[in-house]
Amino acid sequence: MEEVDVEPSTTVTHLGFEWGPGDLLVYETNYKLQGIRPRSASSPSVHVVRRDEDICSPILRKLFNESHLIFVGLQKIKEDVPSKNKKSQFVSISKNYRSVIRACMEELQQNAGKRSPDTHHVSILLAIELIWNLCEVLFIDAAPAGSLLLHLLDWVRLHKSDVDTRAREVLQSDSPAQHQSYWDVVISLVLQGRTDEARQVLSKQASLRAESSSVFKRMDVLLQNMPIFNPAGTQTLTEFDVKWRHWHEECDRCLQDNTFASNRHLETICKILVGDEDTLLEQRELLSTWYHFLVTRLLFTHPTIKPPDLHYYAQSSMNMFLGPRASPEPLDIILLSAFEFDLHQVIKDCSIALNNWWFVAHLTDLLDHCKLLQSHNLHFGSNLREFLVLEYASGLFTHHSLWQLAVDYFDHCPEFGRVYLELQIERVPLDTERKAIKVLRICEDRQMSEQVRSICKIMAKRALRNNRLGSALSWSIRAKDAAFATLISERFLQDYSNKGFFTDLDLLDNLGPAMLLSDRLTFLGKYREFHRLYGEKRFSEAARLLLSLMTAKIAPRSLWMTLLTDALPLLEQKEVIFSVDQTYELMSCLEELNLGTKDSNQTDQDEDIESTKTELLRLALARNLAMAIVKEGTIET
Amino acid sequence: MDPTAKYISQKISRTRWRPVPAGLLQQPEVFAAGSWDNESNRVSIWSLGDNDSDTDGEFDEEPRLLCDSEHDGDVMDLQALSLAHVWERAHRYSCDNAPCTAVVCRSPELVSVGEDGRVILYKADQTEVVRVIENADSSTIHAVTFLRTTEVLTVNSIGQLKMWDFRQQSDSPAQILSLTGDRVPLHCVDKHPNQQHIVATGGQDGMLCIWDVRQGNTPFSLIEAHSAEMWEVHFHPSNPNHLFTCSEDGSLLHWETTSGSDMSTLLQRGWNSRVVSHSGVPLAGEDDSVVSSWLAGDSSKNRLEATHMLPSQTLSVNSLDVLEQCLVCGTDGEAVYVHRQLPV
Repeated sequence: MEEVDVEPSTTVTHLGFEWGPGDLLVYETNYKLQGIRPRSASSPSVHVVRRDEDICSPILRKLFNESHLIFVGLQKIKEDVPSKNKKSQFVSISKNYRSVIRACMEELQQNAGKRSPDTHHVSILLAIELIWNLCEVLFIDAAPAGSLLLHLLDWVRLHKSDVDTRAREVLQSDSPAQHQSYWDVVISLVLQGRTDEARQVLSKQASLRAESSSVFKRMDVLLQNMPIFNPAGTQTLTEFDVKWRHWHEECDRCLQDNTFASNRHLETICKILVGDEDTLLEQRELLSTWYHFLVTRLLFTHPTIKPPDLHYYAQSSMNMFLGPRASPEPLDIILLSAFEFDLHQVIKDCSIALNNWWFVAHLTDLLDHCKLLQSHNLHFGSNLREFLVLEYASGLFTHHSLWQLAVDYFDHCPEFGRVYLELQIERVPLDTERKAIKVLRICEDRQMSEQVRSICKIMAKRALRNNRLGSALSWSIRAKDAAFATLISERFLQDYSNKGFFTDLDLLDNLGPAMLLSDRLTFLGKYREFHRLYGEKRFSEAARLLLSLMTAKIAPRSLWMTLLTDALPLLEQKEVIFSVDQTYELMSCLEELNLGTKDSNQTDQDEDIESTKTELLRLALARNLAMAIVKEGTIET
Repeated sequence: MDPTAKYISQKISRTRWRPVPAGLLQQPEVFAAGSWDNESNRVSIWSLGDNDSDTDGEFDEEPRLLCDSEHDGDVMDLQALSLAHVWERAHRYSCDNAPCTAVVCRSPELVSVGEDGRVILYKADQTEVVRVIENADSSTIHAVTFLRTTEVLTVNSIGQLKMWDFRQQSDSPAQILSLTGDRVPLHCVDKHPNQQHIVATGGQDGMLCIWDVRQGNTPFSLIEAHSAEMWEVHFHPSNPNHLFTCSEDGSLLHWETTSGSDMSTLLQRGWNSRVVSHSGVPLAGEDDSVVSSWLAGDSSKNRLEATHMLPSQTLSVNSLDVLEQCLVCGTDGEAVYVHRQLPV
């Protein structure tokens, strides 16, 4: 757990806690600690302890976003590409990741000094990049003997950049040879195997002292002759080895002959070229890290090192450099595990040492794509890569904004990703409709119909509570939720019977095919259409519609009385609208209604009204029937 | 030329160019971006550095932050104005504040719409709202645009376009247009810069529709533009033969109508879309002699070409703005893309 920024207030009660997805909720309970007199009332606040604070840093957010893009691109690499091409692709992806880390680090360094967490992040990012680079060299690029050392040299050079600045400083000064760091620069360049640059700096010295120029020339020749393996060349490893031994013997001979006895610096350089360990150890300050010592040692004693032999030298280098009393730091142990080609140990140690899963998740995913991890199943069913990616993505989901990135990570976890996503996506707080639409799109794209339904129901209920019936309806249409559509229609009908007119006509008039979602909704739409037809004085169509609503049993029984009452003005018209058959139907509907059980809670007054209505209807129906029979019986002449 | 990307550590909901004075033929340099879904959202102003380029015309400047300020809630829309004011609680439900979904301004008047179905008219220098159309819509209004000085057009989540005339006293729309068939929510609307009767809308299913508001109830053409919600559609303000759309599926398309181009150029550049339907009846009694190529009926003479503007699939592109030769867009991947040499 990270240190808290703020002094925790002293409490006199026991603290209770509850685990959340990424946080810890801490609250004060009523149980008092023994032996302490309570001084003040306990505070009613609940504290949230967040385990991972990196996620809140604005600069690190860029890391998360950019690496997300790279991750998604990596997953898309096809399986059928031949492995040679794939290796170069993987190496370039690894370089992409590293450049993102570096960019982040540079930005943090620019902003550093204002806040202490930033400097902390800078050192962690440095370490991460170091480890990643080494893993790239050893595992992804998997260079064979010969090129392995060259790659390791590049690795060391990249992570020891102060040599360049010092060299520049020396070269740009008025008299480089008199500069106090002159020899340090030369030796550092030699230690890094940069013989050409070392020669360049040495030449500044040589021009000054004429009498010792022969010695400098000798050194110059030695440095120039140092063989460097060229992987693209035609020279085989054994040829290179022979050549190198030749050169090594030459250096040794120079040492034995005391050629450089006149100049102790040159003598030191010669001893370095020979690979004398004690001399190398003397340069501890210039080397500054044991892995630099390791690489330099290999450069001058064993340049054709094979990968499996690396770990002997690594262990011994570390012991020699650090000395008997110093204990290795976590970073050193991780690097050592990497040199020993123990991937799982590297991942394990990194997981423990680091605050959040970003590094291990992405690195393991990349290594898994390179088919370097043996897939042994963990106890809970998924393999190591999936476990780490799931943990990382779950951590992202707790963030109020980065949850959208996590969705893609879950997509690429074949075993448990979907389950995790289903559980997490429902818990995203939905403040605005736009956010709900985005969440819904995520669910719909993955056919998570349960979640779609539940989210739409939440939004629809909220809209209903705020009296936005149109919104509620559009949400139920999206979820194809017939039950909710029925509920909304009931609300509309209730409003109608309370107010006597329809609200939200723009919605009802334009329902379109959505009407068919639920029976009640269909009824509502058709009922509104009836009113519209009546308003437009298209009485016969209105009459037909009204009748069909009752006979096709679309209308709920409770509303039949209302519908029949609506039919009353049509029956009272001068011209006959309902035909004989239609009138018979209406009559049967009325009788059916009356046959139904009477509501026992009705007061006398209500019963009176009901019976009056029935009477009126019966009368009107009878009159209409009479007129209709007469009309239909009349022969037009 | 690929657009330059800049990650700004917040999901972007809206980006808008600061308007350039019309007389000077300058490229816009300053844009505003609003964030959403953060615990504290911000509106930030970015500058693109000076306009001088070296001989081969490479602009390599990344946007620099000029200033930013806090914003309560998600930034839903941005418009440039010369005064600043806050109208509190303009959009509300009975017991809570309702999100305001869009704002449009034609100085000095402002119109805002929200999830509570209200259309509200303000004047920039007055603290009181000028007019509220209550219950303008029973569903959420997603976008609004000015048609004429006193007329606005809104789109809502049941797929209707409504025209409102502020000169009328009544609170009902002057006209309602909608698609027959499925009522798909519409999310964005934009008017043709020169011809006020041509309007483009984009909806939840990614369909781009071109409407003629004078005529009937159906859109003139329906184009399957995107595979997910279309968030913004913009006509290019000075060259209206170009249209830009951005969508939840992470793509930003540049549409160009060409009249009378030959098949070979079309085949070379690729045919990225399907035109679903194209109404074949040209308008009768056309006043101006220039018939817009968006509405011309003969589909063999007029084609629509679409090109992807962003290099790779990103998370949803939430917003775009285009002015002169510059395009700016913001994504949910917390990146702002700026393209300074549009082929318009």
